[in-house]
Amino acid sequence: MNLPMPAAASLRERTQQLRQWLHGRGLNARTLVIAVPWLWLALFFLVPFIIVLKIAFSEAQIAMPPYRPLLEWGADQVLQLRLNLGNFLFLLQDDLYWQAYLNSLRVALVSTLACLALGYPMAYAIARAPGNWRLILLMMVMLPFWTSFLLRVYAWIGLLKNNGLINNALLWLGLIDEPLVMLQTDFAIYVGIVYSYLPFMILPLYATLEKLDLTLLEAAEDLGCRPWRAFMSITLPLSAPGVLAGCLLVFIPAAGEFLIPALLGAPDSLMIGRVLWTEFFNNRDWPVASAVAIALLLVLLLPIMLWQWAQRTQDR
Amino acid sequence: MRRMGVFRLTALVIGFAFLYVPILSLIVYSFNESRLVTVWSGFSTQWYGRLLENQQVLDAAWLSVKIAAITATGAVVLGTLAALALARFGPFRGRTLLTGMTTAPLVMPEVITGLSLLLLFVALEQWLGWPRGRGMTTITIAHMTVSLAYVTVVVKSRLASLDDSLEEAAMDLGARPLKIFLVITLPIIAPALVAGWLLAFTLSLDDLVIASFVAGPGASTLPMVIFSKVRLGVSPDINALASLMVGLVALAVVLVGVVLARQQRRAREARNMHAGPP
Repeated sequence: MNLPMPAAASLRERTQQLRQWLHGRGLNARTLVIAVPWLWLALFFLVPFIIVLKIAFSEAQIAMPPYRPLLEWGADQVLQLRLNLGNFLFLLQDDLYWQAYLNSLRVALVSTLACLALGYPMAYAIARAPGNWRLILLMMVMLPFWTSFLLRVYAWIGLLKNNGLINNALLWLGLIDEPLVMLQTDFAIYVGIVYSYLPFMILPLYATLEKLDLTLLEAAEDLGCRPWRAFMSITLPLSAPGVLAGCLLVFIPAAGEFLIPALLGAPDSLMIGRVLWTEFFNNRDWPVASAVAIALLLVLLLPIMLWQWAQRTQDR
Repeated sequence: MRRMGVFRLTALVIGFAFLYVPILSLIVYSFNESRLVTVWSGFSTQWYGRLLENQQVLDAAWLSVKIAAITATGAVVLGTLAALALARFGPFRGRTLLTGMTTAPLVMPEVITGLSLLLLFVALEQWLGWPRGRGMTTITIAHMTVSLAYVTVVVKSRLASLDDSLEEAAMDLGARPLKIFLVITLPIIAPALVAGWLLAFTLSLDDLVIASFVAGPGASTLPMVIFSKVRLGVSPDINALASLMVGLVALAVVLVGVVLARQQRRAREARNMHAGPP
Protein backbone atom coordinates (compact mmCIF):
# COMPACT_ATOMS: atom_id res chain seq x y z
CA MET A 1 0.00 0.00 0.00
CA ASN A 2 1.49 3.33 -1.01
CA LEU A 3 -0.26 5.97 0.95
CA PRO A 4 0.91 9.54 0.66
CA MET A 5 1.82 10.03 4.29
CA PRO A 6 3.64 13.05 5.62
CA ALA A 7 5.79 12.05 8.55
CA ALA A 8 4.13 14.44 10.95
CA ALA A 9 0.54 13.48 10.18
CA SER A 10 -1.49 12.80 13.28
CA LEU A 11 -3.21 9.48 13.81
CA ARG A 12 -6.56 11.04 13.10
CA GLU A 13 -5.39 12.42 9.75
CA ARG A 14 -3.89 9.10 8.83
CA THR A 15 -7.05 7.12 9.55
CA GLN A 16 -8.96 9.74 7.57
CA GLN A 17 -6.60 9.22 4.64
CA LEU A 18 -6.83 5.46 4.94
CA ARG A 19 -10.59 5.68 4.90
CA GLN A 20 -10.56 7.88 1.80
CA TRP A 21 -8.07 5.59 0.09
CA LEU A 22 -10.23 2.53 0.77
CA HIS A 23 -13.38 4.39 -0.16
CA GLY A 24 -11.87 5.47 -3.45
CA ARG A 25 -11.51 1.82 -4.33
CA GLY A 26 -15.10 0.97 -3.42
CA LEU A 27 -14.00 -0.59 -0.15
CA ASN A 28 -15.86 0.66 2.85
CA ALA A 29 -16.02 -0.92 6.29
CA ARG A 30 -19.28 -2.65 5.45
CA THR A 31 -17.80 -4.44 2.46
CA LEU A 32 -14.77 -5.48 4.47
CA VAL A 33 -16.88 -6.92 7.30
CA ILE A 34 -18.76 -9.03 4.78
CA ALA A 35 -15.79 -9.91 2.60
CA VAL A 36 -13.38 -11.25 5.22
CA PRO A 37 -15.51 -14.16 6.57
CA TRP A 38 -17.04 -14.68 3.12
CA LEU A 39 -13.68 -15.16 1.41
CA TRP A 40 -12.34 -17.28 4.26
CA LEU A 41 -15.28 -19.68 4.06
CA ALA A 42 -15.27 -19.71 0.27
CA LEU A 43 -11.58 -20.66 0.25
CA PHE A 44 -11.60 -23.16 3.11
CA PHE A 45 -15.10 -24.59 2.91
CA LEU A 46 -16.41 -24.26 -0.66
CA VAL A 47 -13.33 -24.63 -2.86
CA PRO A 48 -12.26 -27.87 -1.09
CA PHE A 49 -15.44 -29.58 -2.29
CA ILE A 50 -14.58 -28.70 -5.89
CA ILE A 51 -11.14 -30.23 -5.38
CA VAL A 52 -12.66 -33.38 -3.86
CA LEU A 53 -14.91 -33.65 -6.91
CA LYS A 54 -11.93 -33.20 -9.22
CA ILE A 55 -9.84 -35.84 -7.48
CA ALA A 56 -12.77 -38.28 -7.40
CA PHE A 57 -12.47 -38.29 -11.21
CA SER A 58 -8.71 -38.81 -11.28
CA GLU A 59 -6.58 -41.94 -11.35
CA ALA A 60 -4.56 -43.21 -8.44
CA GLN A 61 -0.80 -43.40 -8.85
CA ILE A 62 2.09 -44.16 -6.55
CA ALA A 63 3.56 -40.72 -5.97
CA MET A 64 2.99 -37.72 -3.81
CA PRO A 65 0.27 -36.60 -4.17
CA PRO A 66 -1.07 -40.05 -5.07
CA TYR A 67 -3.31 -39.07 -7.99
CA ARG A 68 -2.81 -38.05 -11.61
CA PRO A 69 -3.83 -34.59 -12.76
CA LEU A 70 -7.04 -34.35 -14.79
CA LEU A 71 -5.53 -32.03 -17.41
CA GLU A 72 -2.27 -33.07 -19.00
CA TRP A 73 -0.21 -31.47 -21.72
CA GLY A 74 0.74 -34.54 -23.73
CA ALA A 75 4.00 -35.04 -25.64
CA ASP A 76 2.10 -34.84 -28.94
CA GLN A 77 0.89 -31.30 -28.15
CA VAL A 78 -2.54 -32.51 -27.17
CA LEU A 79 -4.21 -31.17 -24.08
CA GLN A 80 -5.69 -34.24 -22.52
CA LEU A 81 -8.59 -34.21 -20.10
CA ARG A 82 -8.73 -37.57 -18.41
CA LEU A 83 -11.98 -38.15 -16.57
CA ASN A 84 -11.76 -41.41 -14.73
CA LEU A 85 -15.21 -42.77 -13.94
CA GLY A 86 -13.62 -45.93 -12.59
CA ASN A 87 -13.80 -44.82 -8.95
CA PHE A 88 -17.55 -44.36 -9.07
CA LEU A 89 -18.11 -47.56 -11.08
CA PHE A 90 -16.01 -49.31 -8.46
CA LEU A 91 -18.31 -48.02 -5.73
CA LEU A 92 -21.38 -49.12 -7.66
CA GLN A 93 -20.07 -52.59 -8.40
CA ASP A 94 -18.61 -53.50 -5.05
CA ASP A 95 -21.28 -54.68 -2.62
CA LEU A 96 -19.20 -53.52 0.30
CA TYR A 97 -19.90 -49.84 -0.43
CA TRP A 98 -23.64 -50.33 -0.93
CA GLN A 99 -23.82 -52.18 2.35
CA ALA A 100 -21.77 -49.52 4.09
CA TYR A 101 -24.06 -46.71 2.82
CA LEU A 102 -27.27 -48.55 3.71
CA ASN A 103 -25.87 -49.61 7.06
CA SER A 104 -24.78 -46.06 7.91
CA LEU A 105 -28.22 -44.67 7.06
CA ARG A 106 -29.91 -47.40 9.12
CA VAL A 107 -27.65 -46.85 12.14
CA ALA A 108 -28.11 -43.06 11.88
CA LEU A 109 -31.90 -43.42 11.62
CA VAL A 110 -32.24 -45.81 14.58
CA SER A 111 -29.93 -43.64 16.71
CA THR A 112 -31.83 -40.49 15.78
CA LEU A 113 -35.15 -42.05 16.80
CA ALA A 114 -33.65 -43.35 20.06
CA CYS A 115 -32.23 -39.87 20.71
CA LEU A 116 -35.65 -38.33 20.12
CA ALA A 117 -37.32 -40.87 22.43
CA LEU A 118 -34.89 -40.05 25.23
CA GLY A 119 -34.43 -36.34 24.48
CA TYR A 120 -38.04 -35.23 24.01
CA PRO A 121 -39.22 -36.12 27.54
CA MET A 122 -36.09 -34.48 28.95
CA ALA A 123 -36.53 -31.29 26.92
CA TYR A 124 -40.21 -31.23 27.89
CA ALA A 125 -39.45 -31.70 31.57
CA ILE A 126 -36.79 -28.95 31.49
CA ALA A 127 -39.11 -26.52 29.67
CA ARG A 128 -41.79 -27.12 32.32
CA ALA A 129 -39.42 -26.89 35.29
CA PRO A 130 -39.59 -23.85 37.61
CA GLY A 131 -37.78 -20.84 36.13
CA ASN A 132 -34.58 -20.89 38.17
CA TRP A 133 -34.17 -24.64 37.67
CA ARG A 134 -34.32 -24.42 33.89
CA LEU A 135 -30.93 -22.79 33.48
CA ILE A 136 -29.26 -25.25 35.86
CA LEU A 137 -30.80 -28.28 34.12
CA LEU A 138 -29.82 -26.88 30.73
CA MET A 139 -26.27 -26.35 31.98
CA MET A 140 -26.25 -29.98 33.12
CA VAL A 141 -27.27 -31.10 29.62
CA MET A 142 -24.47 -28.99 28.11
CA LEU A 143 -21.73 -29.89 30.59
CA PRO A 144 -20.86 -33.34 29.13
CA PHE A 145 -20.71 -31.70 25.71
CA TRP A 146 -17.87 -29.49 26.95
CA THR A 147 -15.77 -32.50 27.94
CA SER A 148 -13.88 -34.53 25.38
CA PHE A 149 -16.02 -36.43 22.89
CA LEU A 150 -13.27 -39.02 22.45
CA LEU A 151 -13.00 -39.64 26.18
CA ARG A 152 -16.76 -39.90 26.63
CA VAL A 153 -16.93 -42.57 23.93
CA TYR A 154 -13.94 -44.25 25.57
CA ALA A 155 -15.85 -44.37 28.88
CA TRP A 156 -18.41 -46.67 27.27
CA ILE A 157 -15.75 -49.27 26.49
CA GLY A 158 -15.27 -49.72 30.23
CA LEU A 159 -19.02 -49.94 30.78
CA LEU A 160 -19.94 -52.28 27.93
CA LYS A 161 -17.02 -54.75 28.00
CA ASN A 162 -17.68 -58.41 28.81
CA ASN A 163 -16.07 -57.87 32.21
CA GLY A 164 -17.22 -54.26 32.29
CA LEU A 165 -19.31 -52.41 34.84
CA ILE A 166 -22.75 -53.17 33.38
CA ASN A 167 -22.09 -56.89 33.07
CA ASN A 168 -20.56 -57.02 36.54
CA ALA A 169 -23.57 -55.26 38.00
CA LEU A 170 -26.05 -57.53 36.23
CA LEU A 171 -24.12 -60.65 37.27
CA TRP A 172 -23.98 -59.43 40.87
CA LEU A 173 -27.73 -58.81 40.85
CA GLY A 174 -28.23 -62.31 39.50
CA LEU A 175 -30.17 -61.09 36.48
CA ILE A 176 -27.86 -62.88 34.04
CA ASP A 177 -25.66 -65.97 34.39
CA GLU A 178 -23.04 -65.11 31.82
CA PRO A 179 -21.89 -61.73 30.50
CA LEU A 180 -23.89 -60.17 27.66
CA VAL A 181 -21.84 -59.40 24.58
CA MET A 182 -22.43 -55.66 24.12
CA LEU A 183 -19.13 -54.14 23.03
CA GLN A 184 -18.32 -54.49 19.31
CA THR A 185 -22.00 -54.80 18.35
CA ASP A 186 -24.42 -52.41 16.63
CA PHE A 187 -26.03 -51.90 20.03
CA ALA A 188 -22.81 -50.32 21.29
CA ILE A 189 -22.76 -47.98 18.27
CA TYR A 190 -26.36 -46.89 18.97
CA VAL A 191 -25.53 -46.23 22.62
CA GLY A 192 -22.43 -44.26 21.65
CA ILE A 193 -24.25 -42.08 19.11
CA VAL A 194 -27.26 -41.42 21.37
CA TYR A 195 -24.94 -40.58 24.24
CA SER A 196 -22.73 -38.22 22.24
CA TYR A 197 -25.46 -36.42 20.30
CA LEU A 198 -28.17 -36.16 23.00
CA PRO A 199 -27.43 -32.47 23.79
CA PHE A 200 -27.86 -31.60 20.08
CA MET A 201 -31.35 -33.13 20.23
CA ILE A 202 -32.38 -31.55 23.53
CA LEU A 203 -31.33 -27.93 22.83
CA PRO A 204 -33.49 -27.21 19.73
CA LEU A 205 -36.39 -29.15 21.29
CA TYR A 206 -36.10 -27.09 24.45
CA ALA A 207 -35.98 -23.87 22.41
CA THR A 208 -39.36 -24.59 20.78
CA LEU A 209 -41.00 -26.14 23.85
CA GLU A 210 -40.00 -23.20 26.03
CA LYS A 211 -41.72 -20.73 23.69
CA LEU A 212 -44.93 -22.78 23.69
CA ASP A 213 -47.98 -20.75 24.68
CA LEU A 214 -49.25 -22.44 27.85
CA THR A 215 -52.69 -20.81 27.60
CA LEU A 216 -53.43 -23.12 24.66
CA LEU A 217 -52.97 -26.13 26.94
CA GLU A 218 -55.07 -24.50 29.66
CA ALA A 219 -57.85 -23.84 27.15
CA ALA A 220 -57.72 -27.48 26.05
CA GLU A 221 -57.92 -28.63 29.66
CA ASP A 222 -60.87 -26.31 30.35
CA LEU A 223 -62.67 -27.78 27.37
CA GLY A 224 -62.25 -31.26 28.86
CA CYS A 225 -59.32 -32.44 26.75
CA ARG A 226 -57.29 -35.25 28.33
CA PRO A 227 -53.57 -34.50 28.88
CA TRP A 228 -52.40 -37.12 26.35
CA ARG A 229 -54.76 -35.81 23.67
CA ALA A 230 -53.72 -32.23 24.40
CA PHE A 231 -50.09 -33.25 24.06
CA MET A 232 -50.69 -35.00 20.74
CA SER A 233 -52.77 -32.26 19.17
CA ILE A 234 -51.10 -29.13 20.61
CA THR A 235 -47.64 -29.62 22.10
CA LEU A 236 -46.29 -32.08 19.55
CA PRO A 237 -47.34 -30.21 16.38
CA LEU A 238 -46.11 -26.89 17.78
CA SER A 239 -42.74 -28.38 18.64
CA ALA A 240 -42.32 -29.86 15.14
CA PRO A 241 -39.61 -27.33 14.08
CA GLY A 242 -37.56 -28.33 17.12
CA VAL A 243 -38.05 -32.02 16.35
CA LEU A 244 -36.92 -31.48 12.75
CA ALA A 245 -33.85 -29.43 13.74
CA GLY A 246 -32.85 -31.85 16.48
CA CYS A 247 -33.26 -34.93 14.27
CA LEU A 248 -31.19 -33.41 11.45
CA LEU A 249 -28.49 -32.25 13.88
CA VAL A 250 -28.16 -35.88 15.01
CA PHE A 251 -28.83 -37.75 11.76
CA ILE A 252 -26.44 -35.98 9.37
CA PRO A 253 -23.22 -36.20 11.41
CA ALA A 254 -24.15 -39.67 12.69
CA ALA A 255 -24.39 -41.00 9.12
CA GLY A 256 -20.74 -40.07 8.53
CA GLU A 257 -19.54 -40.90 12.04
CA PHE A 258 -16.08 -42.45 12.24
CA LEU A 259 -14.97 -42.45 15.85
CA ILE A 260 -17.92 -44.23 17.49
CA PRO A 261 -17.98 -47.26 15.15
CA ALA A 262 -14.18 -47.40 15.29
CA LEU A 263 -14.10 -47.61 19.09
CA LEU A 264 -17.37 -49.35 19.99
CA GLY A 265 -18.36 -51.28 16.84
CA ALA A 266 -17.16 -54.64 15.58
CA PRO A 267 -13.88 -54.55 13.61
CA ASP A 268 -15.80 -55.45 10.45
CA SER A 269 -18.76 -53.13 11.09
CA LEU A 270 -19.52 -51.27 7.89
CA MET A 271 -20.04 -47.57 8.36
CA ILE A 272 -19.25 -45.23 5.51
CA GLY A 273 -17.17 -42.84 7.61
CA ARG A 274 -14.96 -45.73 8.57
CA VAL A 275 -14.71 -46.99 4.96
CA LEU A 276 -13.57 -43.51 3.87
CA TRP A 277 -10.99 -43.43 6.67
CA THR A 278 -9.64 -46.87 5.68
CA GLU A 279 -9.45 -45.97 1.99
CA PHE A 280 -7.53 -42.85 2.84
CA PHE A 281 -5.22 -43.86 5.69
CA ASN A 282 -4.73 -47.61 5.14
CA ASN A 283 -5.11 -48.08 1.38
CA ARG A 284 -3.82 -44.57 0.56
CA ASP A 285 -6.27 -44.44 -2.33
CA TRP A 286 -7.16 -40.74 -2.39
CA PRO A 287 -9.34 -40.87 -5.54
CA VAL A 288 -11.56 -43.65 -4.14
CA ALA A 289 -11.76 -41.89 -0.76
CA SER A 290 -12.88 -38.72 -2.62
CA ALA A 291 -15.48 -40.69 -4.58
CA VAL A 292 -16.79 -42.13 -1.29
CA ALA A 293 -16.99 -38.60 0.13
CA ILE A 294 -18.87 -37.30 -2.94
CA ALA A 295 -21.32 -40.21 -2.77
CA LEU A 296 -21.87 -39.60 0.95
CA LEU A 297 -22.48 -35.90 0.22
CA LEU A 298 -25.04 -36.80 -2.44
CA VAL A 299 -26.87 -39.05 0.04
CA LEU A 300 -26.83 -36.30 2.68
CA LEU A 301 -27.63 -33.46 0.25
CA LEU A 302 -31.36 -33.67 0.86
CA PRO A 303 -31.10 -33.68 4.69
CA ILE A 304 -28.52 -30.87 4.56
CA MET A 305 -30.75 -28.72 2.34
CA LEU A 306 -33.66 -29.45 4.67
CA TRP A 307 -31.47 -28.27 7.56
CA GLN A 308 -30.53 -25.06 5.74
CA TRP A 309 -34.18 -24.41 4.95
CA ALA A 310 -35.17 -25.02 8.58
CA GLN A 311 -32.48 -22.58 9.75
CA ARG A 312 -33.67 -19.90 7.31
CA THR A 313 -37.32 -20.19 8.31
CA GLN A 314 -36.29 -20.02 11.95
CA ASP A 315 -34.34 -16.82 11.35
CA ARG A 316 -37.32 -15.12 9.81
CA MET B 1 -51.27 -33.30 37.00
CA ARG B 2 -49.42 -35.18 39.73
CA ARG B 3 -48.82 -38.15 37.45
CA MET B 4 -47.30 -35.83 34.85
CA GLY B 5 -44.92 -34.57 37.53
CA VAL B 6 -43.73 -38.10 38.25
CA PHE B 7 -43.30 -38.76 34.54
CA ARG B 8 -41.19 -35.64 34.05
CA LEU B 9 -39.07 -36.41 37.08
CA THR B 10 -38.44 -39.96 35.79
CA ALA B 11 -37.43 -38.61 32.37
CA LEU B 12 -34.91 -36.26 33.99
CA VAL B 13 -33.48 -38.89 36.37
CA ILE B 14 -33.01 -41.48 33.60
CA GLY B 15 -31.64 -38.92 31.17
CA PHE B 16 -29.12 -37.40 33.54
CA ALA B 17 -28.05 -40.83 34.84
CA PHE B 18 -27.36 -41.82 31.23
CA LEU B 19 -25.34 -38.63 30.69
CA TYR B 20 -23.32 -38.73 33.90
CA VAL B 21 -22.73 -42.39 34.90
CA PRO B 22 -20.07 -42.93 32.20
CA ILE B 23 -18.19 -39.80 33.23
CA LEU B 24 -18.39 -40.72 36.93
CA SER B 25 -17.15 -44.24 36.19
CA LEU B 26 -14.13 -42.74 34.40
CA ILE B 27 -13.30 -40.60 37.42
CA VAL B 28 -13.83 -43.34 40.01
CA TYR B 29 -11.63 -45.85 38.19
CA SER B 30 -8.88 -43.31 37.60
CA PHE B 31 -8.15 -43.70 41.34
CA ASN B 32 -8.02 -47.48 41.06
CA GLU B 33 -4.77 -49.16 41.96
CA SER B 34 -5.12 -52.06 39.53
CA ARG B 35 -4.18 -51.91 35.87
CA LEU B 36 -7.41 -53.82 35.15
CA VAL B 37 -9.73 -50.89 34.83
CA THR B 38 -12.92 -52.60 35.97
CA VAL B 39 -11.63 -54.46 39.04
CA TRP B 40 -11.37 -52.28 42.14
CA SER B 41 -8.29 -53.09 44.17
CA GLY B 42 -7.71 -50.01 46.28
CA PHE B 43 -7.29 -46.25 46.17
CA SER B 44 -4.23 -44.88 44.40
CA THR B 45 -3.14 -41.79 42.55
CA GLN B 46 -0.31 -43.56 40.75
CA TRP B 47 -1.91 -43.14 37.29
CA TYR B 48 -1.86 -39.37 37.65
CA GLY B 49 1.84 -39.59 38.41
CA ARG B 50 2.45 -41.82 35.40
CA LEU B 51 0.53 -39.41 33.21
CA LEU B 52 2.64 -36.44 34.24
CA GLU B 53 5.80 -38.39 33.42
CA ASN B 54 4.61 -39.23 29.91
CA GLN B 55 6.44 -36.73 27.70
CA GLN B 56 4.51 -37.72 24.56
CA VAL B 57 1.19 -36.91 26.22
CA LEU B 58 2.51 -33.64 27.65
CA ASP B 59 3.89 -32.48 24.29
CA ALA B 60 0.65 -33.36 22.54
CA ALA B 61 -1.39 -31.57 25.21
CA TRP B 62 0.72 -28.40 24.86
CA LEU B 63 0.38 -28.46 21.05
CA SER B 64 -3.39 -28.94 21.36
CA VAL B 65 -3.73 -26.05 23.80
CA LYS B 66 -1.71 -23.74 21.52
CA ILE B 67 -3.81 -24.70 18.48
CA ALA B 68 -7.04 -24.34 20.45
CA ALA B 69 -6.14 -20.87 21.75
CA ILE B 70 -5.21 -19.52 18.29
CA THR B 71 -8.25 -21.22 16.73
CA ALA B 72 -10.63 -19.76 19.30
CA THR B 73 -9.27 -16.22 18.91
CA GLY B 74 -9.38 -16.34 15.11
CA ALA B 75 -12.80 -17.97 15.05
CA VAL B 76 -14.23 -15.29 17.36
CA VAL B 77 -12.95 -12.49 15.09
CA LEU B 78 -14.18 -14.10 11.86
CA GLY B 79 -17.41 -15.42 13.41
CA THR B 80 -18.28 -12.01 14.86
CA LEU B 81 -17.76 -10.36 11.46
CA ALA B 82 -20.00 -12.96 9.83
CA ALA B 83 -22.64 -12.58 12.55
CA LEU B 84 -22.58 -8.77 12.21
CA ALA B 85 -23.02 -9.05 8.45
CA LEU B 86 -25.91 -11.51 8.77
CA ALA B 87 -27.70 -9.86 11.69
CA ARG B 88 -27.18 -6.15 11.00
CA PHE B 89 -26.45 -5.48 7.33
CA GLY B 90 -29.78 -6.37 5.73
CA PRO B 91 -29.65 -7.75 2.21
CA PHE B 92 -26.32 -7.88 0.34
CA ARG B 93 -24.92 -9.83 -2.56
CA GLY B 94 -23.73 -13.29 -1.48
CA ARG B 95 -25.84 -13.27 1.69
CA THR B 96 -27.55 -16.61 1.01
CA LEU B 97 -24.20 -18.20 0.30
CA LEU B 98 -22.73 -16.78 3.51
CA THR B 99 -25.69 -18.15 5.50
CA GLY B 100 -25.19 -21.54 3.87
CA MET B 101 -21.45 -21.55 4.48
CA THR B 102 -21.90 -20.69 8.16
CA THR B 103 -24.56 -23.34 8.84
CA ALA B 104 -23.36 -26.30 6.74
CA PRO B 105 -20.15 -26.92 8.76
CA LEU B 106 -22.32 -27.53 11.85
CA VAL B 107 -23.74 -30.73 10.40
CA MET B 108 -21.10 -31.74 7.83
CA PRO B 109 -19.62 -35.16 8.71
CA GLU B 110 -16.06 -34.65 9.93
CA VAL B 111 -14.55 -37.17 7.55
CA ILE B 112 -15.74 -35.07 4.60
CA THR B 113 -14.50 -31.78 6.04
CA GLY B 114 -11.16 -33.33 6.94
CA LEU B 115 -10.58 -34.99 3.58
CA SER B 116 -11.63 -31.93 1.57
CA LEU B 117 -9.40 -29.56 3.57
CA LEU B 118 -6.42 -31.88 3.23
CA LEU B 119 -6.89 -32.01 -0.55
CA LEU B 120 -7.10 -28.21 -0.59
CA PHE B 121 -3.85 -27.87 1.36
CA VAL B 122 -2.10 -30.34 -0.95
CA ALA B 123 -3.36 -28.45 -4.01
CA LEU B 124 -2.35 -25.07 -2.55
CA GLU B 125 1.12 -26.38 -1.82
CA GLN B 126 1.42 -27.53 -5.43
CA TRP B 127 0.24 -24.22 -6.89
CA LEU B 128 1.56 -21.64 -4.47
CA GLY B 129 4.09 -23.47 -2.36
CA TRP B 130 2.03 -22.62 0.73
CA PRO B 131 1.37 -24.11 3.27
CA ARG B 132 4.72 -25.87 3.11
CA GLY B 133 4.09 -29.29 4.62
CA ARG B 134 1.33 -29.86 7.09
CA GLY B 135 1.19 -29.44 10.83
CA MET B 136 0.16 -26.81 13.31
CA THR B 137 -0.78 -24.19 10.69
CA THR B 138 -3.04 -26.47 8.66
CA ILE B 139 -4.73 -27.89 11.78
CA THR B 140 -5.38 -24.36 13.05
CA ILE B 141 -6.88 -23.20 9.74
CA ALA B 142 -9.10 -26.29 9.57
CA HIS B 143 -10.31 -25.85 13.15
CA MET B 144 -10.94 -22.14 12.64
CA THR B 145 -13.10 -22.85 9.60
CA VAL B 146 -15.34 -25.27 11.49
CA SER B 147 -15.56 -23.41 14.79
CA LEU B 148 -16.21 -20.02 13.19
CA ALA B 149 -19.59 -21.44 12.17
CA TYR B 150 -20.38 -22.20 15.83
CA VAL B 151 -19.25 -18.73 16.92
CA THR B 152 -21.43 -17.17 14.21
CA VAL B 153 -24.52 -18.99 15.53
CA VAL B 154 -23.86 -17.91 19.12
CA VAL B 155 -23.08 -14.26 18.32
CA LYS B 156 -25.86 -13.97 15.73
CA SER B 157 -28.51 -15.11 18.19
CA ARG B 158 -27.18 -12.63 20.75
CA LEU B 159 -27.29 -9.80 18.18
CA ALA B 160 -30.79 -10.81 17.10
CA SER B 161 -32.09 -10.67 20.68
CA LEU B 162 -30.40 -7.31 21.20
CA ASP B 163 -32.41 -4.12 20.98
CA ASP B 164 -30.75 -2.05 18.25
CA SER B 165 -32.25 1.25 19.44
CA LEU B 166 -29.05 2.03 21.36
CA GLU B 167 -27.01 1.68 18.17
CA GLU B 168 -29.52 3.82 16.28
CA ALA B 169 -29.46 6.50 18.97
CA ALA B 170 -25.66 6.65 18.77
CA MET B 171 -25.87 6.92 15.00
CA ASP B 172 -28.37 9.76 15.27
CA LEU B 173 -25.95 11.54 17.57
CA GLY B 174 -23.32 11.31 14.83
CA ALA B 175 -21.10 8.47 16.09
CA ARG B 176 -19.11 6.65 13.43
CA PRO B 177 -19.94 2.94 12.82
CA LEU B 178 -16.60 1.74 14.22
CA LYS B 179 -17.07 3.81 17.36
CA ILE B 180 -20.62 2.48 17.78
CA PHE B 181 -19.33 -1.04 17.45
CA LEU B 182 -16.54 -0.56 19.97
CA VAL B 183 -18.49 1.45 22.55
CA ILE B 184 -21.96 -0.06 22.36
CA THR B 185 -22.22 -3.33 20.44
CA LEU B 186 -19.02 -4.97 21.68
CA PRO B 187 -19.72 -4.63 25.42
CA ILE B 188 -23.25 -5.95 24.97
CA ILE B 189 -22.25 -9.00 22.95
CA ALA B 190 -19.19 -9.67 25.15
CA PRO B 191 -20.81 -12.65 26.96
CA ALA B 192 -21.56 -14.25 23.58
CA LEU B 193 -17.95 -13.68 22.51
CA VAL B 194 -16.71 -15.37 25.68
CA ALA B 195 -19.10 -18.29 25.14
CA GLY B 196 -18.06 -18.53 21.49
CA TRP B 197 -14.37 -18.44 22.39
CA LEU B 198 -14.78 -21.24 24.92
CA LEU B 199 -16.88 -23.27 22.48
CA ALA B 200 -14.28 -22.91 19.72
CA PHE B 201 -11.49 -23.73 22.18
CA THR B 202 -13.20 -26.95 23.30
CA LEU B 203 -14.12 -27.99 19.76
CA SER B 204 -10.51 -27.59 18.67
CA LEU B 205 -9.08 -29.30 21.76
CA ASP B 206 -11.44 -32.21 21.19
CA ASP B 207 -11.17 -32.83 17.47
CA LEU B 208 -9.64 -36.08 16.28
CA VAL B 209 -10.93 -36.70 12.77
CA ILE B 210 -10.20 -33.39 11.03
CA ALA B 211 -6.81 -33.04 12.74
CA SER B 212 -5.85 -36.58 11.68
CA PHE B 213 -6.50 -35.70 8.04
CA VAL B 214 -4.72 -32.35 7.91
CA ALA B 215 -1.84 -33.06 10.32
CA GLY B 216 1.51 -33.96 8.88
CA PRO B 217 3.62 -36.77 10.29
CA GLY B 218 5.35 -34.39 12.70
CA ALA B 219 2.35 -32.98 14.56
CA SER B 220 0.27 -35.10 16.94
CA THR B 221 -2.48 -33.43 18.91
CA LEU B 222 -3.71 -34.78 22.22
CA PRO B 223 -6.79 -36.56 20.77
CA MET B 224 -4.55 -38.26 18.19
CA VAL B 225 -2.27 -39.59 20.94
CA ILE B 226 -5.25 -40.68 23.07
CA PHE B 227 -6.86 -42.40 20.10
CA SER B 228 -3.77 -44.43 19.30
CA LYS B 229 -3.59 -45.52 22.97
CA VAL B 230 -7.31 -46.23 23.30
CA ARG B 231 -7.30 -48.40 20.18
CA LEU B 232 -5.11 -50.85 22.08
CA GLY B 233 -7.65 -51.08 24.88
CA VAL B 234 -8.64 -49.39 28.13
CA SER B 235 -5.76 -48.02 30.16
CA PRO B 236 -5.95 -46.32 33.55
CA ASP B 237 -3.72 -43.36 32.73
CA ILE B 238 -6.26 -42.32 30.07
CA ASN B 239 -8.87 -42.40 32.85
CA ALA B 240 -6.65 -40.08 34.85
CA LEU B 241 -6.30 -37.74 31.87
CA ALA B 242 -10.08 -37.77 31.33
CA SER B 243 -10.72 -36.95 34.99
CA LEU B 244 -8.30 -34.03 34.84
CA MET B 245 -10.03 -32.67 31.74
CA VAL B 246 -13.50 -33.09 33.27
CA GLY B 247 -12.30 -31.30 36.39
CA LEU B 248 -10.84 -28.39 34.42
CA VAL B 249 -13.95 -28.03 32.28
CA ALA B 250 -16.27 -28.15 35.28
CA LEU B 251 -14.15 -25.49 36.98
CA ALA B 252 -14.19 -23.26 33.89
CA VAL B 253 -17.95 -23.63 33.39
CA VAL B 254 -18.66 -22.83 37.04
CA LEU B 255 -16.35 -19.79 36.92
CA VAL B 256 -17.91 -18.43 33.73
CA GLY B 257 -21.37 -19.14 35.16
CA VAL B 258 -20.61 -17.21 38.35
CA VAL B 259 -19.13 -14.26 36.43
CA LEU B 260 -22.09 -14.09 34.02
CA ALA B 261 -24.62 -14.39 36.86
CA ARG B 262 -22.91 -11.58 38.78
CA GLN B 263 -22.83 -9.41 35.66
CA GLN B 264 -26.53 -10.01 35.05
CA ARG B 265 -27.37 -9.18 38.65
CA ARG B 266 -25.40 -5.96 38.42
CA ALA B 267 -27.15 -5.03 35.18
CA ARG B 268 -30.52 -5.71 36.81
CA GLU B 269 -29.63 -3.58 39.82
CA ALA B 270 -28.51 -0.76 37.55
CA ARG B 271 -31.79 -0.95 35.66
CA ASN B 272 -33.78 -0.97 38.89
CA MET B 273 -31.95 2.10 40.06
CA HIS B 274 -32.87 3.99 36.90
CA ALA B 275 -36.45 2.78 36.90
CA GLY B 276 -36.79 3.15 40.68
CA PRO B 277 -39.13 5.60 42.43
CA PRO B 278 -38.11 9.26 42.06
